Amino acid sequence: MRLIVKQLDGTETEVTGRLNWTVMELIRDAGLPMRAECGGSCACATCHVYIDQDWMEKVGGRNDEESYTLDGAFNVQDNSRLSCQITFKPELDGLSMTLTKDATG
Amino acid sequence: MADGSVSEASLHMGETGPIETDVVIIGAGPVGLFAVFELGLNDMKSHLIDILDRPGGQCAELYPEKPIYDIPALPSVTGQGLTDRLMEQIKPFHPVFHFSQMAESLRKTEDGRWHIETDAGTALIAKVVVIAAGGGSFMPKKPPIAGIEAYEAKSVFYAVRRMETFRDRSILIAGGGDSALDWTLNLQPMASELQLIHRRDDFRAAPDSVAKMRELVAAGKVKLHIGQIVSLEGEGGQLAGVRVKPDNGDDYVVQCDCMLPFFGLTMKLGPVANFGLNLTENLIPVDTAKFETSEQGIFAIGDINSYPGKLKLILSGFHEAALMAQEAFRIVHPTARYRFQYTTSSSSLQEKLGVSA
Repeated sequence: MRLIVKQLDGTETEVTGRLNWTVMELIRDAGLPMRAECGGSCACATCHVYIDQDWMEKVGGRNDEESYTLDGAFNVQDNSRLSCQITFKPELDGLSMTLTKDATG
Repeated sequence: MADGSVSEASLHMGETGPIETDVVIIGAGPVGLFAVFELGLNDMKSHLIDILDRPGGQCAELYPEKPIYDIPALPSVTGQGLTDRLMEQIKPFHPVFHFSQMAESLRKTEDGRWHIETDAGTALIAKVVVIAAGGGSFMPKKPPIAGIEAYEAKSVFYAVRRMETFRDRSILIAGGGDSALDWTLNLQPMASELQLIHRRDDFRAAPDSVAKMRELVAAGKVKLHIGQIVSLEGEGGQLAGVRVKPDNGDDYVVQCDCMLPFFGLTMKLGPVANFGLNLTENLIPVDTAKFETSEQGIFAIGDINSYPGKLKLILSGFHEAALMAQEAFRIVHPTARYRFQYTTSSSSLQEKLGVSA
């Protein structure tokens, strides 16, 4: 299982998918830039990613707390998610996303 | 509010020169607070510097209401709860706090002590410095808008130092949290015009503030824009307006002569990077016997240090504080003999804690 993680400069990295890890943890574990300042407690918006549109349905929407926390992010789009709030499941195998500047610093 | 407060100690400084103390702790998060306790038990007096306006560090800023489950013997405690308990625990040692200030410079004095100065002008001299700065200083998030730097401190401000600066100005406030709403309410009466922009028509700020803002909008005293800022317009650092992209519809320009973005805080290592210490990937390497840095008398504990096996846990920071205090004692009291004691049995420790019979 894997994730496809793209960066704003166009680089694309395949990241191992591990069940029940959050997407933020998987990206950080792979050594990619991931600030995630609050460590995954949905408090800082520095793990902000853009989910590829064709994955939005499987990933699902934001919860209320996440919507509030995204108020501290920039350039928020309808496909914006906090990667610490997405738990990796088998159906997300192949999930593709782009890291925002909030996340990479 | 984080802005504009002056610590009591800095008011009292004046011509008296730097404050002299045993230990200066940079960072008043849980680990810095517990260091006061360990140092206090060993007869060392602490001053703490923190950029926030209150103790607790990340516990206070990022998760005050969220429970922490891995503090030994506290099955569940919130970030604020842990901070409150630590404040109570260190009370007997009368720590002095210098809040809303950032430790800006560090140099060795001729007599081998350390001179620290904050960005608010507070100067301290100590035999030992403990860096317990966690992920660095909490600083306002800056919108990644092209060219914004040119406007900063001229017409774009991330904090309100003096309200008078904004009298009769046409102000645009950006954000949806408490800072954005508080300043909307406070600055509206003195501004020539006040506009508020937020990404969506839902605000996380205190419901009371949101209600008051809505009243001002209904009365035509505040103009509310829903959308995101895409660019700035102006010349020579003087803002003339910002281009706003609403969720649906075309971009438009909001005219204003100053902007206050409030998007929360982010951690930056800050001036600690210039203290002349060895750094590895923005962390300070220490030994695991003393938690001393590459400079004798300067220690690093908590999330900011690194060593083989390091875990960024509050409980690890507590352990580090205890070992640090042992070595700090040798520096602060060079002629005294270090005496290892238990608080349960030592009457001298109990006296320091104010619990002796």
